Amino acid sequence: MGRFAIKKRDTFIDMTPMSDVMVLLLTFFMLTATFVKKEPVTVSTPGSVSAINVPDHNVMTILIDSKGRVFMTLDKKSDLFSTLDEISTKYNLNFTQQEKAAFANASSFGVPISKLKSWLDMDDVNREAYLSSNDIEGVPCDSTNNEFKDWVEAAKEINPDLKISIKSDETTSYKVIKNVMNSLQDLKQNRYNLITNLKKVQAIDE
Amino acid sequence: MALAKAKKINARVDFTPMVDMMMLLITFFMLCTTLSRPKSMEINMPSNKEDLKEEQQNKVKASDAVTLLLDEDDKIYYYQGIPEIDNLKETTYGENGLRKMLAQKNINAIQKVKQLRKKYAAMVTSNVQKEEQQKKEFEKELGDIRAAEGTPNVIIKASDGASYKNLIDALDEMQICDIGKYVIVPITDFDHQMIDYLKNHK
Repeated sequence: MGRFAIKKRDTFIDMTPMSDVMVLLLTFFMLTATFVKKEPVTVSTPGSVSAINVPDHNVMTILIDSKGRVFMTLDKKSDLFSTLDEISTKYNLNFTQQEKAAFANASSFGVPISKLKSWLDMDDVNREAYLSSNDIEGVPCDSTNNEFKDWVEAAKEINPDLKISIKSDETTSYKVIKNVMNSLQDLKQNRYNLITNLKKVQAIDE
Repeated sequence: MALAKAKKINARVDFTPMVDMMMLLITFFMLCTTLSRPKSMEINMPSNKEDLKEEQQNKVKASDAVTLLLDEDDKIYYYQGIPEIDNLKETTYGENGLRKMLAQKNINAIQKVKQLRKKYAAMVTSNVQKEEQQKKEFEKELGDIRAAEGTPNVIIKASDGASYKNLIDALDEMQICDIGKYVIVPITDFDHQMIDYLKNHK
């Protein structure tokens, strides 16, 4: 008997269906994409049953980390730009065009006004790195030195439609929250959002 | 010369590099997007005009008032009516403590809200405009029930030692127990005294 000849198989796999699926997936992700905004500190927000969506336009986000440091950001670059102008006239500071552009491009800010200039003079990489470093102090927000209030006031003046949302860590002390809330109250900003995670709770049955 | 044979060209294109690139793109989008957007809780703080606050506080009937004191180490205390030194009780966050107490106080409103939800759940329509209108009506009725006469008025006071989570948990109970009238006010010295008294006399 003769030996069986080993059949030469075609190793070519048709990739067309796979690439079809890939394109579909890719389109889906591209269309549903809302990009994560870079935050200088990681906060884990507490859970809550309320399911109101966070407003997506004209928002001022106040970020408070577990150590009680306050960071702020606005969603519009032009607002950030003019807010800095407002602050600089109030504090008699002069910022160069370059510094202003750097401020508008920063993901968020959280330095006392006295250190603002040196922070803005850093190069792009260092500036972002400084925000997430341990040296960062946050925007001062206590009864003796309340720059936070000035920032909110300036931003509100630039854009009166601005909505305020507070994003704070679970473990943040109420002491800081109280300062922030009191400052907002002083500015007659009595409506704001507290950002939370959705949590399911069983309905009360009785 | 023999005729040139028409060469049979292989019409298959290798898709592997394309698939590779797609994979990379998908991975990028998956990592850079948030599918579930964070939710939020709307809050209405009282205006801090002192005279106005005083007036409103007088309107609250003592029997309807419940004051929650949030203290450090996730402790929570409450008293009903007017503050008295031995009136304070300790409770816990969540189902068996705070929620039970508030639900008992607000049983009428909770039942009414339940009926309201049932009523609107039965009225499902596919008309977008109608749905929007129904939603608005629902919100309005819900608000009316929650703020009706005789429902408890909850006053939330947090001490400096409390955490943000404590505050959110307390505010959350207001939603779960359908309480429309609640307010966050600063803690007083007497409240601290009451807590100390309770700790010493347990």
